[in-house]
Amino acid sequence: MSRPVKIACKNVWLLFGKGAKSFLKKHNNQPTSTQILKAGLIGAVRNVSLDVHEGEILMIMGLSGSGKSTLIRCMTRLVESTGGEISFDGKDLLTLPKNQLLELRRHNMGMVFQHFGLLPHRTVLENIAFPLEIQNIDSDTRIAKARELVKVVGLEGRENYFPRELSGGQQQRVGIARSLADEPDIWFLDEPFSALDPLIRREMQDEFLRLQSLLNKTIVFVTHDFDEAVRLGDRIAIMKDGELIQIGTPEELVLNPATEYVEQFVRHAPKAKLITVQRIMQDDTKETVLVDSSAKPLAATDTLEQAATRIINSDKALSVIDNNGEIIGSVSKQNLLSAMFN
Amino acid sequence: MDSRNSINSPTIFNITTKVFWLAAVLIVLAGWIASSTIPAFKEFPEEWIFPLKDYIDRFFEWIVYEVKFFVGTFAEFKPTDITRGFVAVMKFPLEFTESLFFNGFGKILPPLPWITVVALAFLLGYWIAGLRTSLIAGFSFLYLALFGVWKASMETFALVIITVPFVFSLGVILGIWISKSARVERFWTPVFSIMQSMPPFAYFVPIVVLYGVGDAPAMIATAVFAVPPVARSVFLGLKSVPNDVIEAGLMMGVTPRQLLWRVQLPTARNTILVGLNQGIMMTLAMIVLASLIGASGLGSKLLTSLQGLKIGQAIEQGIAIVVIAVALDQLSQAYANKPPVYKDRTLPWIKQHPYLSIAGAILLVTFIIAYFVPEAQVLPRKLTITTRKFWNGSVEWIDDTLYDTVQPFRNFMLLKILIPVRDFCRAIPWPTLVLLVGLLGYRFGGYKIAISGALMILFPAIMGLWTPTMTTVYMVSLSTCICVVSGFLIGLLSAKNKLLGKISIGFCNFFQTFPSFIYLIPVLMLFKVSDLSAILAMLLFAVTPMIRYTILGLNNVSSNIIESSRQMGTTSWQRLLKVELPIALPEIMLGINQVIFYSLFMVAIASLIGTQDLGAVINGARSGNKVGQALIAGFCIAFLGIASDRIIMAWTKLKKDKLGIRE
Ligand SMILES: Nc1ncnc2c1ncn2[C@@H]1O[C@H](COP(=O)(O)OP(=O)(O)OP(=O)(O)O)[C@@H](O)[C@H]1O
Ligand SMILES: [Mg+2]
Repeated sequence: MSRPVKIACKNVWLLFGKGAKSFLKKHNNQPTSTQILKAGLIGAVRNVSLDVHEGEILMIMGLSGSGKSTLIRCMTRLVESTGGEISFDGKDLLTLPKNQLLELRRHNMGMVFQHFGLLPHRTVLENIAFPLEIQNIDSDTRIAKARELVKVVGLEGRENYFPRELSGGQQQRVGIARSLADEPDIWFLDEPFSALDPLIRREMQDEFLRLQSLLNKTIVFVTHDFDEAVRLGDRIAIMKDGELIQIGTPEELVLNPATEYVEQFVRHAPKAKLITVQRIMQDDTKETVLVDSSAKPLAATDTLEQAATRIINSDKALSVIDNNGEIIGSVSKQNLLSAMFN
Repeated sequence: MDSRNSINSPTIFNITTKVFWLAAVLIVLAGWIASSTIPAFKEFPEEWIFPLKDYIDRFFEWIVYEVKFFVGTFAEFKPTDITRGFVAVMKFPLEFTESLFFNGFGKILPPLPWITVVALAFLLGYWIAGLRTSLIAGFSFLYLALFGVWKASMETFALVIITVPFVFSLGVILGIWISKSARVERFWTPVFSIMQSMPPFAYFVPIVVLYGVGDAPAMIATAVFAVPPVARSVFLGLKSVPNDVIEAGLMMGVTPRQLLWRVQLPTARNTILVGLNQGIMMTLAMIVLASLIGASGLGSKLLTSLQGLKIGQAIEQGIAIVVIAVALDQLSQAYANKPPVYKDRTLPWIKQHPYLSIAGAILLVTFIIAYFVPEAQVLPRKLTITTRKFWNGSVEWIDDTLYDTVQPFRNFMLLKILIPVRDFCRAIPWPTLVLLVGLLGYRFGGYKIAISGALMILFPAIMGLWTPTMTTVYMVSLSTCICVVSGFLIGLLSAKNKLLGKISIGFCNFFQTFPSFIYLIPVLMLFKVSDLSAILAMLLFAVTPMIRYTILGLNNVSSNIIESSRQMGTTSWQRLLKVELPIALPEIMLGINQVIFYSLFMVAIASLIGTQDLGAVINGARSGNKVGQALIAGFCIAFLGIASDRIIMAWTKLKKDKLGIRE
């Protein structure tokens, strides 16, 4: 990844319970899970190190209770990490004075919540304008901004509704619009679509992708739904019991699951859509006997789904070319089958 | 796996049922034998009595007469200067509302004409909740005007209107403070439970000593009574604000103050307003009661009528109080449920605030009318309706015709039931009761509840108030038993029959708005001054929670469970006994708990019509301004309530754990 790092977490710990800080010090920042259990603490985030790059969508995924929410709350300092370092744009986040943190949240961070977190006594428009209101921005400016955002999330005509008069999906649109009101450059979403029913969820995911194509933000997105992670994410971080198990592109996870746990997630993943031709090709360009040189070569970045028909219908292997049109390898039926069914 | 076991099994302080009963029988027998041989067991020895009440008296004397700050300087002051200063400050707002509602502002402006108040009541009801509430509020005030209780009602009203904001703001401040830290919460929880279970008469005495008598001291007494539930609602409301809402606020970068005022408090609005409703109702009840320490208005009129046994007048005044209570209750409840409405800020002021504009117009028009038509200002007596004659006639009729049935009934109850039960309660040796309560506490809640319960029962003995306390116990247990049985039956029938259920709930809601004082009127009318009247008043007052909780408990039994047991082919009797009642039992126990509290509250008030229990002790202390005696007797009542509450709650928790019901 050549993109600059937006947030860097280094050996971040979060232990719930009394005396967690001194406990962590006592064990040299390396307590084992039995030690944690014995001390009566809960290891919600354990020794997590990861980078969030500018402009990427990082999905954090794991079962319930695996510490996903807690991890992004460490990144936003909604909870104070017990140990480790987190930097935001190169600044040390954990020692940032309160007023600077306030400014950071007002201008650089936005967050969307599972249960929307809307204020029940305010209309759609007033909810969306609220982040600007608390900064004492004048009423005309903030209403104008809020109207603009209402349009962005497609809620025109409902500006003066109250949250109780909206469906779940509509409420979350308000939540999204509100989190965008102060034009953050990083956007946290904690299971934003989990409380919605499947059809609406799908619709909201499309909406999310549409917005991201407009906005190009850095995004940390928590989900427990692997399909969602695959659909939306550039990279996926998989957590279990507070630990980061594996981080990588969907393709990397599908091809090389680090543990049994990761494998369970990827087992039902749509492999054909995720794996590209270059991952399964053979590098040797010499064994030309078996390659159908007369046929049109495959592009390295094609997914297997795109390439499958041609591979199957060809008697021989097909050659693979990179962006520059140079042959870099070949793919046979064997390669395809073993990738799909190993 | 040991650790798993210890998580799953609920904590039962297991002495088996057999051991428990054995211990109970042993305690009773031992107590009986011991008390017949050792006199100290039969009657708590004089020389063991701890003279706490004298210490309290001395402490108050010291505060009132001796303590001085900055002695010798120009700033020298006594604690009573502060309390009297408070009274003096409160005079200003009180004088304002008094002028507004009945005195008028000197020669410049008359008080609000009755037509204004009635018209505004209609409007207010309509604004809050539409036609129904409008009619209730409007006709309530119309009643007050037409039935000749306008002046007294407005006196009460003037006091209530000042006291409610006072109580509410104290409650909000306290509630916010409590929600800030667990330590503060731990401190206030027991203080609240004592404040709420102390009979108001008990703290009347120190309040009179420190603040004197009159409307302002009545406000202080009201605050003691009504602030805890408001603070509790505010606290609960703040706690119930969803975490997502708070975090959303924080992520926008709100300051702590913005978080409280713009996020938490508005989100908690409904719960807080339910607290306001409670606060208003309790304020009204207390303002009526505080006539005993000089609050003016309907309460003091009612007190005079009661003391003079002028039943007709008392009934008229009582109905006026009920009418005010119903109106205030309906208005504040509807306000709590009123959802926010959208306001278009681009419209002109009048269109944005249509109701305020109409109110202004009403004010103007009615004042002009009142200026030219004096009947619209104050309704002359000859135009008012009085029901006094009718009521007095009824009382006479009852005396004449029902005497032959009522009198034997009264005598029978007194001689055959009340007095024997009283003598039985008084004869229980004090160590027996203390140990039994301890045992009960241990069985349901472990040693902590055992010890605290036993100590709370021991307290009256050590204070030398054993006999009056047992008299209270006798009245409360009798009323509780009758309430529990009758309330349960009514609740049961109501839960089984939709129509009956609606009627019962309606009645409960209606009667619960009555200030406690009111219940003395009908019983006095029928049974004159006696323990029977007191117990009947307690009964009327305390039966509603039993009905309510029984219905609630039975209705909460999930229809799944009922369906499945129906599938098993149970008869409806079996279903009731084996399925529904056991599941509803914890809820029903909460009802019993409430019944005890209500009875204890009423027992003190019933002392106004002559009893010989702790209430009478407090009442006696009131006339002599004996702070110590009043407070100690108050604590005795409070401890009775708290001890039974802790045991019942422990029992309920045990049952709920067993059934797997969690809040
Ligand atoms: N305030 C808290 N106090 C104590 N323990 C907590 C607290 N918040 C979370 N935990 C614990 O920390 C662990 C991680 O919780 P977290 O909410 O981060 O999980 P999650 O992955 O977001 O789960 P979910 O999918 O259910 O939201 C859990 O075991 C949880 O019980
Ligand atoms: Mg979560």
